[in-house]
Amino acid sequence: MQIIESSKVYDVIIVGSGAGGGMATKVLSEAGYKVAVVEAGPYFDPADPNDRTQLKWPWESPRRGASSVRPFGDFDSAYGGWEIEGEPYTTTEDTEFDWFRSRMLGGRTNHWGRISLRFGPDDFKRKSIDGLGDNWPIGYNEVKPYYDRVDKLIGVFGSKENIPNEPDGFYLPAPKPRLHELYYIKGARKAGVPVIPSRMSMLTKKINDDRGVCFYCGQCNRGCQVYADFSSGTCLIFPAIKGGGQVDLYTDAMVRKVLTDEEGKATGVSYVNKKDRMEYQLKSKTVVLAASACSSARILLNSKSEQHPNGLGNSSGTLGHYLHDSTGASRAAIVPQLLNRDIYNEDGTGGMHVYTPWWLDNKDLDFARGYHLEVWGGMGMPTYGFGFGASAMNEIFGGKVGGYGDKLRADVKRYYGAMVGISGRGESVPQFDNYCEIDPSTVDEFGIPVLRFNYKWTENEVKQAAHMHDTFEELFDAMGAHVLGDKPGADEDYGLLAPGRIIHEVGTTRMGKDPKTSVTNSRQQLHDADNVFVVDGGPFVSQADKNPTWTILALSWRTSEYIIDQVKQRNI
Amino acid sequence: MDRRESLKTLLVGTVAGGAMVSGCDPKAEDNLLQISEDKVGLYGRTEKEKARDKDLFDSQFFTEKELVTIAVLCDIILPATSSDKGASEVNVPDFVEFIAKDLPYHQHPLRGGLMWLDHQSNARFNRSFSECNQDQMLELVEEIAYPKPKNSEMEPGVNFFDRMRNLTLTGYYTSQEGIRSLGYVGNIPNVWDGVPEEILKKHDLTYDEEWLSKCVDQKSRNVKAEWDEDGNLLT
Repeated sequence: MQIIESSKVYDVIIVGSGAGGGMATKVLSEAGYKVAVVEAGPYFDPADPNDRTQLKWPWESPRRGASSVRPFGDFDSAYGGWEIEGEPYTTTEDTEFDWFRSRMLGGRTNHWGRISLRFGPDDFKRKSIDGLGDNWPIGYNEVKPYYDRVDKLIGVFGSKENIPNEPDGFYLPAPKPRLHELYYIKGARKAGVPVIPSRMSMLTKKINDDRGVCFYCGQCNRGCQVYADFSSGTCLIFPAIKGGGQVDLYTDAMVRKVLTDEEGKATGVSYVNKKDRMEYQLKSKTVVLAASACSSARILLNSKSEQHPNGLGNSSGTLGHYLHDSTGASRAAIVPQLLNRDIYNEDGTGGMHVYTPWWLDNKDLDFARGYHLEVWGGMGMPTYGFGFGASAMNEIFGGKVGGYGDKLRADVKRYYGAMVGISGRGESVPQFDNYCEIDPSTVDEFGIPVLRFNYKWTENEVKQAAHMHDTFEELFDAMGAHVLGDKPGADEDYGLLAPGRIIHEVGTTRMGKDPKTSVTNSRQQLHDADNVFVVDGGPFVSQADKNPTWTILALSWRTSEYIIDQVKQRNI
Repeated sequence: MDRRESLKTLLVGTVAGGAMVSGCDPKAEDNLLQISEDKVGLYGRTEKEKARDKDLFDSQFFTEKELVTIAVLCDIILPATSSDKGASEVNVPDFVEFIAKDLPYHQHPLRGGLMWLDHQSNARFNRSFSECNQDQMLELVEEIAYPKPKNSEMEPGVNFFDRMRNLTLTGYYTSQEGIRSLGYVGNIPNVWDGVPEEILKKHDLTYDEEWLSKCVDQKSRNVKAEWDEDGNLLT
């Protein structure tokens, strides 16, 4: 099959349109660069009536929102999931790793939880604190100016708290807590656990004329038609195009490899057009990978050449290694005071209005690194699964289990909105032996070799999950809530979810000063090819207990400015 | 200014934003409603998803006779009341038919359970379940509607009825009538400004001043945010 070459030479090709790719698109196009954005999925705009799921009712879905097709339900905006037809991945024996991909403009920023936390000073220097893993080659002070600019450009609500490792930013005001969250606040204070307004990227207040203000439907995961929450398409790529940037958008374009010349420098990318199944080549002076930590690693590993025999950027042998996801565990309870509650509209913003940042000192604990607590509950819109086991909790609160008719209607109302849940999301310690690599025997439907994962949690993460569960019970007790189900034991790793499940996987192209132990430098530039950059979660040395998006955005901005500077100086 | 009036004022920015991106006239007062009411029937399906749904709708899993029994069971589980419609009236049986095709793991337990029920009914009353009179139906249902039946031979029926009950409740409370009956009043553009005062009182809870000082003043939500260099919000 003939490969179709384009004669146009872009200043930069950006692979992927999620948080990192969107930010690079905005900054580089505003600097006058000719930009090609290559996205593996289709165009998506939550304001387009054809794409929109926001404010739809459960009966508009014949499956009533069940997750038969989309893993987070029929109304969730992610096109993709843990499994994508025609795009498999494999695992080594005994590995359980789940890889979530969104194939669409904006990538996973369309459905994400919008929890927008800065890393703190300690988060960049964990090795200095506990001797495990590695320090980042940069610290908070280098990233702070970019966090500040991301806050102002995109908008994030929160509050100034002066907690040393939870740096404050430029916040929009927080939404008031909902009723179950007031119970949580009361319980947490009684238990001596801090609780503060959450920090999330929805506009509780106007920030510019291009985006609407939150109208509190609680459906951010569906994408917002007034662009009141952050997604890369609505907040970065659309403004870049609208602002007159020279941006060519290639959608349904699956990148196979980065092309390199005799000097080992990148000259462009080759991709498969999913629509006509033909292979194309695009040329550029610089290549920025933002396909997600694992997808970018896959592209680099597949970009073998005489100059880069182990894959592009892999002279150290660390490409794909140090893959790590957040830890996660959850528990639910019933608040007896919320039985038969008064019903009113409490949809609020998507997700939580309050949360608990990490508050303990690991010196007193039998595991490394911390976790934060997310709170959920309240009177949500019914969807598939609503009413399942409607009367099961009568066993606890009195009344007959089972039955039918009026009794059942009463049971449904009795428990509606009475449940509250807590999820722990924690930091794992990156391991060389947790990695993705190319599976030598398997290709996807485009003929591109796929990833194989090898991943094991260590004792650290398991003990952390056990501690999370102790905390959940302590908090529920303090709230006067009745904990549901049994606490998972050692045989279940204390309810620790499989790696990949929290969708915070990072670390595969980690940054470092030493080219022998890292893939990129502190500017997210490949040690092995100075015109190739990685601006997704790949360059993370460690991921804190914070959601990675805000740091991806800040670092992508920083790298984009570095590219502009290096081009000016004719260094690349 | 009454609450309704103030909500209208507060929502202006939202409406304008929505109107801008969806190409409506930002001055039209009813744009708020247009956000939720345009293009009924569309809910963001990809072509692949549309094709899958069409295949499911074009196929039939349950027989006519099975669907009659399903409808009878749905209405035993959630019959009409003086204020609420019953399950079959809001098309819960259609939902059960669809979900059995959509999530095939329901198929065998539902079909087998229906056969089990007819077998019991035939043995006892010499007729299939849907042909029984109401007393006969309820006699049987009473024996399978609660966990741990006295007669352990009824266990399969208990499991079957539990599944039917779950699907009936889900189908019902995700219907327009079910949501009205439950009282859920969200899924509309709104301005969340905290738990209503009378409810706070009932729960003996308050918003403390320090926390409130960090929260949005909804009157200035449409005023563009500006900060001083330390991140203090000025507007």
